Amino acid sequence: MNQPDTVLPPLTERSGILRWLRHNLFGTWLDGLLTVFGLLLIYLAVKGLLTWIFTIAEWEVVLANLRLFMIGQFPLEQAPRLWVGLGFLLFLTGNSLAIWDKRSYVAATLVLAFPLFLAFLPFNSANRQWLVFLTATGAIGWGLGFSNPQALKKTIVAGWIISLPILVLLTRGFTETDGVGVMAIVGTNLWGGLLLTFLLTVVANIFSFPLGLFLALGRRSELPIIRWFSVGYIELVRGVPLITILFMAQLMLPLFVPGGMDIDRVLRAMVGMTLFSAAYLAENVRGGLQAIPKGQFEAAHALGLSGAKTMIFVILPQALRLIIPILVGQFISVFKDTALVAIVGLFDLLGIARTVLSQPEFIGLHREVYAFVSLLYWVLSYAMSYISQRLETSLGIGTR
Amino acid sequence: MNDLKQSIITVNDVHKWYGNFHALKGINMDVAKGEVIVIFGPSGSGKSTFIRTINRLEEHQRGEILVDGIALTHDVRNIEAVRIETGMVFQQFNLFPHLTVMQNITLAPIQVRKWDKQKAEETALQLLKRVGIPEQANKFPGQLSGGQQQRVAIARALAMQPKIMLFDEPTSALDPEMIKEVLDVMVELAKSGMTMLVVTHEMGFARAVANRMFFFDQGQIVESGTPEAIFKAPKEERTKLFLSQILSH
Repeated sequence: MNQPDTVLPPLTERSGILRWLRHNLFGTWLDGLLTVFGLLLIYLAVKGLLTWIFTIAEWEVVLANLRLFMIGQFPLEQAPRLWVGLGFLLFLTGNSLAIWDKRSYVAATLVLAFPLFLAFLPFNSANRQWLVFLTATGAIGWGLGFSNPQALKKTIVAGWIISLPILVLLTRGFTETDGVGVMAIVGTNLWGGLLLTFLLTVVANIFSFPLGLFLALGRRSELPIIRWFSVGYIELVRGVPLITILFMAQLMLPLFVPGGMDIDRVLRAMVGMTLFSAAYLAENVRGGLQAIPKGQFEAAHALGLSGAKTMIFVILPQALRLIIPILVGQFISVFKDTALVAIVGLFDLLGIARTVLSQPEFIGLHREVYAFVSLLYWVLSYAMSYISQRLETSLGIGTR
Repeated sequence: MNDLKQSIITVNDVHKWYGNFHALKGINMDVAKGEVIVIFGPSGSGKSTFIRTINRLEEHQRGEILVDGIALTHDVRNIEAVRIETGMVFQQFNLFPHLTVMQNITLAPIQVRKWDKQKAEETALQLLKRVGIPEQANKFPGQLSGGQQQRVAIARALAMQPKIMLFDEPTSALDPEMIKEVLDVMVELAKSGMTMLVVTHEMGFARAVANRMFFFDQGQIVESGTPEAIFKAPKEERTKLFLSQILSH
């Protein structure tokens, strides 16, 4: 009793693997039996899965078609443009991580070293060089951001803003030279695989966000016409399945536009996804707006802030922060919903999977192909979810 | 007694209904510049509704309200002009939880008065010193005690350099030991010559600085007069009863 101030926790609370095991898994003979039985089940399941992954599954189908899965029919000689675009994104990512999330060494290492890890896999040497290039640009971005965070902030924000046009420009090209030349135009009919899925997701999410915001504000507007239009739009779009909207965009839109005018098929899918997602986003944002106490509006009005400024500076920052988890859920859901464009004849990740499976030499390898595609979807969805969690923690300061 | 002074708020036969409920039944009031008015009465008597009509957080349906010569009508420009000249402090503080104390105070001066950031922050720091918490400038409201939050709310309202300050039960949501720190600030403000309308049951405050008191009941002004007159010799039976109830505990 020399130090009456330090009181140890009760014995049962102290950790220890054996104690934990006995307490939780073998508390009674029935518990013990269940534990053994459960372990047996897990063993059987995992054994089956591992055996399949390592001995039965024929992964050549994935390896041989990796390029199709990634970029579809996009011409190989133009692929460096995509690598450069990816490098730009990784540069921005590394930079942003260093500036806004300094302590995230693990996340930064994981993100930046991932291409390097891939480079050790048996790809051809050109691809390996590009993978190393990706890690290098990411690391440079991180280093720059770490050494001079304040000066770079605005540049990086600007970088993110122009990143989408740059990516689209790099993917599409702009010189009419029939496939020759560094920036030759690559038609959207050649876009495919993960590239198409990625672009659809990004475009739909970026454009549906402001649209959804305006619809949400419109639904609360005091002007009847704006309110009715917003309500009508939201309820109409939410009332039909996405697939019908995509079909309409592909099949019915050409009936309405003047003859000879051909709207790009990928663009049509992007517009369809955007319009669809906006209706859901609007309702999410409205939920956030309704969670803000009336006193916040009153305090802002009492200070003389106009309706618009009250929204911009007081209400929306709080409402959007509240609904980050829902927003990210919506973004992830859009990402997965892009798989539906396969049905209207575009070759996104899922569409490519179907083409690959129709090749005569790979017939019947559904399990391998769909397992691979699912893994890709999962990794990217989880990445989004992880980013949102970090965002919540870093924005959560002082909210309570 | 206010005939010589210039009146800054004129309220003429103001009525307000919530649906079929007649919340304000013909309120008349004339407030001179620099006057401190205390409004008290039982809950549901319309005192909060009344003070909120002065800056149009509640709309009145009949009668007229003139604030600093501006008539409160449906004209948004008039409403905003009145709100700029009128600061308000709420029972629940209503600070903006996503902004620091400093940002809470400087938001309106920068966005509405169009001050540059430096001027707004200097003013804000002076105001924080005046309410006694300059060291809290970079904290978020959630990190402060109730009394500190309410003092920030007062500083935020003062930052717009209003001609009139409205207080809607500013100490009712506070723990007893924090009431004094907020009242001290309000007493100092009253002595500095600010025109104040205060809805409160803090009779000590009323006795110390109020020029006139108004007793509200059932949407009407039952009685008004100087604090001495109200405390020593209330004319109406209802005033007597109410005062005996709140002064006895």
